[in-house]
Amino acid sequence: MISITGLAKRYGANEVLSGLDLEIARGRVTAIVGPNGTGKTTLIKAILGLVHPDAGTIAVDGVRVGDDCAYRARIGYMPQIPRFPQNLTGAELLAMLHDMRGGRAMPGAEAADEQLVERFQLATQLGKPVRTLSGGTQQKLNAVMAFLFSPGLLILDEPTAGLDPASSGVFKDKILADRDAGRTFVLSSHFMNELEELADDVVFLHEGKVRYHGALAELMRNTRQANLGRAISYLMMKGAA
Amino acid sequence: MSIGSRPTLKIMKYELRDVGRSRWLIAYTLFFAIVTDALLRFGGGGKALVSLASVTLFIIPLVALVFGTVFLDNARDFIELLLAQPITRRQLYTGLYLGLSLPLAAAFVAGVTVPFALHRAADPTLRASLAALLATGVTLTFVFTAFAFVISAWSEDRLRRMGTAIAVWLFLAVLYDGLVLVLVMLFGDYPIERPMLAVMVANPVDLARVLLLLQLDMSALMGYTGAAFQQFFSGGKGIAIASLALAFWVAAPILLGLRSFRKRDF
Repeated sequence: MISITGLAKRYGANEVLSGLDLEIARGRVTAIVGPNGTGKTTLIKAILGLVHPDAGTIAVDGVRVGDDCAYRARIGYMPQIPRFPQNLTGAELLAMLHDMRGGRAMPGAEAADEQLVERFQLATQLGKPVRTLSGGTQQKLNAVMAFLFSPGLLILDEPTAGLDPASSGVFKDKILADRDAGRTFVLSSHFMNELEELADDVVFLHEGKVRYHGALAELMRNTRQANLGRAISYLMMKGAA
Repeated sequence: MSIGSRPTLKIMKYELRDVGRSRWLIAYTLFFAIVTDALLRFGGGGKALVSLASVTLFIIPLVALVFGTVFLDNARDFIELLLAQPITRRQLYTGLYLGLSLPLAAAFVAGVTVPFALHRAADPTLRASLAALLATGVTLTFVFTAFAFVISAWSEDRLRRMGTAIAVWLFLAVLYDGLVLVLVMLFGDYPIERPMLAVMVANPVDLARVLLLLQLDMSALMGYTGAAFQQFFSGGKGIAIASLALAFWVAAPILLGLRSFRKRDF
C-alpha cells in the first residue's frame, strides 16, 4: 500500500528522518510509535506531501508522492487537534470538502460516509459556528471529515486525543469495522493501551529510523512483556544498549 | 488554469465567508467609514481626499500585513488539512490569496465610497480623484497581502513572523521617506534626480504615493520622494513608469508568495 525507501528529512541541524525504509501493508492497522521528536508526524506528513523530504521516495498504491496530487483523493487524513476556520459552521466545512472533491469521488462510494455524524450525535452541532464548539466536538468533526469519502487509506494522528471514553469507543469500533471492510489505517498515538486494542502491526521509530516493524502479537511474544508500553520501553532499552 | 480552476474557486468561496464574518474585517470597514465621514463633515470633498490619501497609504499596508499574518497563523492547521486533499499547492495558494485580499479590498472600497455617496460629495470634478484613491488602496492591499504570505513562510516562530510584519510596515510606510530626506540633505549638492527615482521605485508605498500625487494633482501631498518625482516627470510618462513599477510590485510578491508556499513544509 505504502512503500518508503531511504526517506530523509532534516530541519536545520536536526535530522528527523535518516534514511527510513518502510512497507505498510494493505487492509491492516499499522501503529507508528516512538519517543517524542522521533519523526512520527514528519513521516505522516511526508506521505501526505505536506513535508518535502530531502531524499528518498514514497509511493502510495504505486503512485509516487510529489508527481501529482490525485493520489490524495484516496486518503483520509485526521490531523492532530486542528484549528478550523472559526467563523464557518461544521456543515459548511463538510460542504467545502464535498465541493473540493466534487469531480473526484471515490469509485464505489456513491454516498458520503456520515455514519460518524449519527454515532457521535453530531447533527445538532453542525449548524453552529466552529468557535462555539468544544474541543471534543471539534475533534469529532475532524474524525467525520477523515472518513467522509470512504477512502482506502486513513492516516490518523493522535485521533482520540480530546474524545471522552464513550466517543473514543465509538471511534475505535468504526476503525476496526472499516479495517475488516478492507481499509488500511496508519495510526500514531501516545496511548499504548489504545494502540494495543487497534493495531495489527507496530512500527517503532527511533532517531529517524525504523527500529522494529512487525505484527503486534509477535512483538508481544518476542519481548515477553505484559503490555505494549512495556514492550516498547524494552525495545528502547535494547536499542540504547 | 489555476485561477479559473474549480478547487481554487471553492476555497475562495468558503474563505470569503469565513473572513467576511470576521469582526476585524467589520471593524476595518467601519474605521474607513468613520474617518471618511468625519473628513467630509469638517472639510470639502477635495480636502477629505487629500487627508484620506495619507490615511490610506499608512493604514492599508499595516492592516494587510498584520491581518494577513494573523489569519495565516490561525489558518495553518486548516491549510494542512486542505493540502491533504486532492488539490495542488498552486490552487490552494491562489484560493487563499484571493479569499484574503478581496474582502480586505472590498472593506476599504465600501468604507470610503459609502460616506461619499451619503454626503453626495463625489461631484464630477472629484470622481477621477476618488477612483484613483480607491485603485491605489486596492493595489496596496494586493501588494501587502502577498507580503503576508511571504512572511508567514519566513519563520517557524509566531512572534518572529508578527515582528517581521510590523518591521516591514515600519520601514516601508514610516521610516523610508525620512531616510530619503536624509539622503537628500547629504547629497543635495549633486544631481540626484535619477538615483532618487530608483529609490522611489524600490518602495511600493512611495510609488503609490507618487501615483496618487500625479493623479490627484496634489503637490501638497506629503513626502519628499513624491515631490522629486513630480518635478522630474509631469504628465503621461511619469504615470506610465510609476504604473509599470507598481504592476511589478503586485506581481513580484504574489509570485514570491507562491514560491515560498510551494517550497514550504507544513
